[in-house]
Amino acid sequence: MALSLGSHIVLACFGVAFPSMIFVVHILGLRGNATALTLAKRWSKASAVLFAIGAVSGTVLSFEMGLLWPGLMGKYGDVLGLPFAFEGMSFFIEAIFLGIYLYGWGRMSPKVHPFMLLPMAAAGIFGTFCVLSVNAWMNWPTGFRLVNGEVTDVHPWRAMFNERVWLQFAHMWVGAFMVVGFTVAGVYAVGMLKGRRDAHHRLGFLVPFVFASCAALVQPVIGHVLGFGMDAHQPSKLAAFEFAETTTDGASPLRIGGVWIDGKPRGTIDIPKVGSLVAENSFTKPVTGMDTIPAADRPDDSAINIAHWTFQSMIGLGSALAGGVVLFWFARWRRRDLLANRWFLRGVALAGPAAILALEFGWTATEVGRQPWVVYGYLRTADAATDNPWLWWSLGGVTVLYVAMGIAGAVVLRSMSRRWREGVADLPSPYGPARIQETADKGAHA
Amino acid sequence: MSAELIVAAALFTGVLAYAIFGGADFGSGFFDATAGGARRGAELRTLIDHSIGPVWEANHVWLVYILVTWWTAFPTAFAAAMTTLWLPLMLALLGIVLRGASFAFRKYSETLGEARLFGGIFALSSLITPFFLGCTAGAIASGRVPAGGHGDLITSWLNPTGVVGGLVAGGTCAFLAGSFLVADAARAGHEHLADQLRIRMLGVGVATGLVVFAGLFLLRSDAPTLFDGLSGRALPLVLLSAGAGLATLVLVARRRYAVARFTAVGAVGTVVLGWGVAQYPWLLVDQVKFADAAGAPATLHALIFATVLAAVLVVPALAYLYYLTQTERWTKH
Ligand code: HDD
Ligand code: HEM
Ligand code: HEM
Repeated sequence: MALSLGSHIVLACFGVAFPSMIFVVHILGLRGNATALTLAKRWSKASAVLFAIGAVSGTVLSFEMGLLWPGLMGKYGDVLGLPFAFEGMSFFIEAIFLGIYLYGWGRMSPKVHPFMLLPMAAAGIFGTFCVLSVNAWMNWPTGFRLVNGEVTDVHPWRAMFNERVWLQFAHMWVGAFMVVGFTVAGVYAVGMLKGRRDAHHRLGFLVPFVFASCAALVQPVIGHVLGFGMDAHQPSKLAAFEFAETTTDGASPLRIGGVWIDGKPRGTIDIPKVGSLVAENSFTKPVTGMDTIPAADRPDDSAINIAHWTFQSMIGLGSALAGGVVLFWFARWRRRDLLANRWFLRGVALAGPAAILALEFGWTATEVGRQPWVVYGYLRTADAATDNPWLWWSLGGVTVLYVAMGIAGAVVLRSMSRRWREGVADLPSPYGPARIQETADKGAHA
Repeated sequence: MSAELIVAAALFTGVLAYAIFGGADFGSGFFDATAGGARRGAELRTLIDHSIGPVWEANHVWLVYILVTWWTAFPTAFAAAMTTLWLPLMLALLGIVLRGASFAFRKYSETLGEARLFGGIFALSSLITPFFLGCTAGAIASGRVPAGGHGDLITSWLNPTGVVGGLVAGGTCAFLAGSFLVADAARAGHEHLADQLRIRMLGVGVATGLVVFAGLFLLRSDAPTLFDGLSGRALPLVLLSAGAGLATLVLVARRRYAVARFTAVGAVGTVVLGWGVAQYPWLLVDQVKFADAAGAPATLHALIFATVLAAVLVVPALAYLYYLTQTERWTKH
């Protein structure tokens, strides 16, 4: 599950954020910018490959929900199912307009064609909201009552529009723009490092980088606000994030790094009072300590360490990316072009992987920090999971499959980009009659 | 009509749509696999790319729709099916993943060798996926999924009804795909290709018809509840399906490809509908009825709202997509 989600979430980001970026270059292209039009064509071909793996990885997830979590779906399926139903609807919209857009090149009126991307972007927003609604519900379960172990009084709308969903959605949606923006910009930054400094590379860098810049600047703000209220609804998670072993008297310190062994944090760098500032937005209110949580409901030591480290790494990476973006635009305002600076380009090349890591860390932090619960306070992970004897075999199989798919996808995308560089415009399929004839002719000459 | 009945109908509409659209899509793998060597099969493989390229992702969202509707509306029965039919579902899933990915990879691969590798995976996985999904349906229809779940991991689906289900699913997919491909080939002006497909299509049709009717006899002892339904309440649909299937063969033999597409859809649609009618009111045959498996009423109402909204938004968009793929401008290119 974690593996397929971990891959899907990155691919899903492309489904969410890439259409908006393609839309911009496509519209620029229609206004007469030939470079932009070429970019739009190439990006739409690359997205055909990415979206295909994204869609199948999503199907894997919808199976896995049942195959791996029968205890969750059997008991709470009707509480949390509604957002999934709406999500299915947005997948339809996404897949339909994807088909129309990809195959619309040269077959559709050029004026109408780019607008096929807009329903995809809208479906991306809606779909993200729906999935995050489920995750937010697992953090803040509402819309039902548990009476003698039976789920009753189900209000699916209340479960869907729970209190956490808006912020979690905003955080994820903006995160998707960071991931895609920095990754795509990074591809062109690498090109520039290799000396390809034409208009094509500059525009290919700039458009995604503008998107990523906006996203990177608002993300820390959203993330900070997202942290509020966690003391009330998931105190054990907050205590794990902040390594708070006891509730301090007055403001808590910010504890960076370190390890948690036998209920005590060790080797942390403590900054007095700042912990309360970031977690509670207050100079005096302490962070609730882990000792207030009943022992059976505490995450175990390794979960506490994972939650703490991934959480802080996310914030560290997010702040670094925001800083890099500020640097670039500040320099530009002072009429210095950082694109001439090799170190800056190297930084951009790393920004994509950094954003992906931040995203994965963020998920790991919420999920692992919630342990031992799947549905906080209601359902333990051990009771939700399948007890299938073949589970480990299938996990091994899934791992091999994903690695193979990742390698194959990377090989195909790289060969596409190399052929574009060599000037091949429309990438004919190698088994098409034309190419076969060509190969046969070559063979005859040899 | 009660809420759970409406939701059950909506769920079954998804099954029907997946059997038809997804089926036509999967079945193309059979023709891809039998297209012959790289040189001889080039034309047909290009046609398949062209025919399913724009629609395959949309076609396969139906499966996602079925799953989410099922677990939302009938959660305990969903968990029961998932814990029992774990293996065939995993294998079907494997097929879906390999198929989607390799289809996209093949189109953009650089060398013929790569394309052959991905093409082979695509064709093979297109064959196994409908088979295992059919086995799953057979297991449910023969009453082998216990209400409490955790049925036998192997014999629940590897049995006469399951295998018949798998073969019928595979055959109907190829049958549907054949009818669409042959029409596409003729419309795009590839007369020679259309003739080649016509022969294969007739073979597939005859074979599938035989499997369906031979299967019916096996069901008699292996899945009595289903058999009673098929030979009773659903009999008109079964007969209709047989008629439409025969009509398709005649039409294809006489090269009336455009009309044959509709009779082929009719033949498959009625046989799937017949299955649904025959097993009603059971959700899991002999174990759980729709009415007893339903989740919270508020959720069912919300789900009906979601389905209606989806119908309003998705159906016109889907119709537009299919319309575009059938226009001259898209076919000729
Ligand atoms: C590109 C990705 C990215 C970046 C740069 C950040 N985050 Fe984040 N964060 C996520 C991606 C993410 C996420 C993966 O999207 C999570 C997991 C679940 C969720 O809603 O968002 C998340 C969760 C998450 C949570 C937990 C919410 C909960 O469990 O209810 C908090 C408190 C923050 N983030 C705070 C921040 C802060 C203060 C950041 C400052 C720089 C930050 N995030 C940057
Ligand atoms: C909404 C989207 C979701 C995303 C993106 C997501 C992501 C993740 C990630 C990245 C991990 C990694 C933890 C690790 O390996 O240490 C994880 C763990 C986990 N996820 Fe999710 N998850 C999601 C939804 C769910 C759902 C629906 C369930 C429900 C059943 C679930 C249950 C878990 C559990 C129990 C773990 C902890 C496993 C462990 O560490 O033992 N998650 N999730
Ligand atoms: C935050 C996390 C997620 C986001 C932003 C997201 C978003 C998306 C998007 C935009 C797509 C369409 C991809 C495409 O067709 O190109 C997609 C596909 C899919 N996602 Fe997710 N998703 C997330 C997590 C999940 C989870 C947890 C599930 C579990 C049920 C899931 C199930 C699916 C399914 C079934 C598909 C396939 C749809 C298709 O066939 O087109 N997703 N997702």
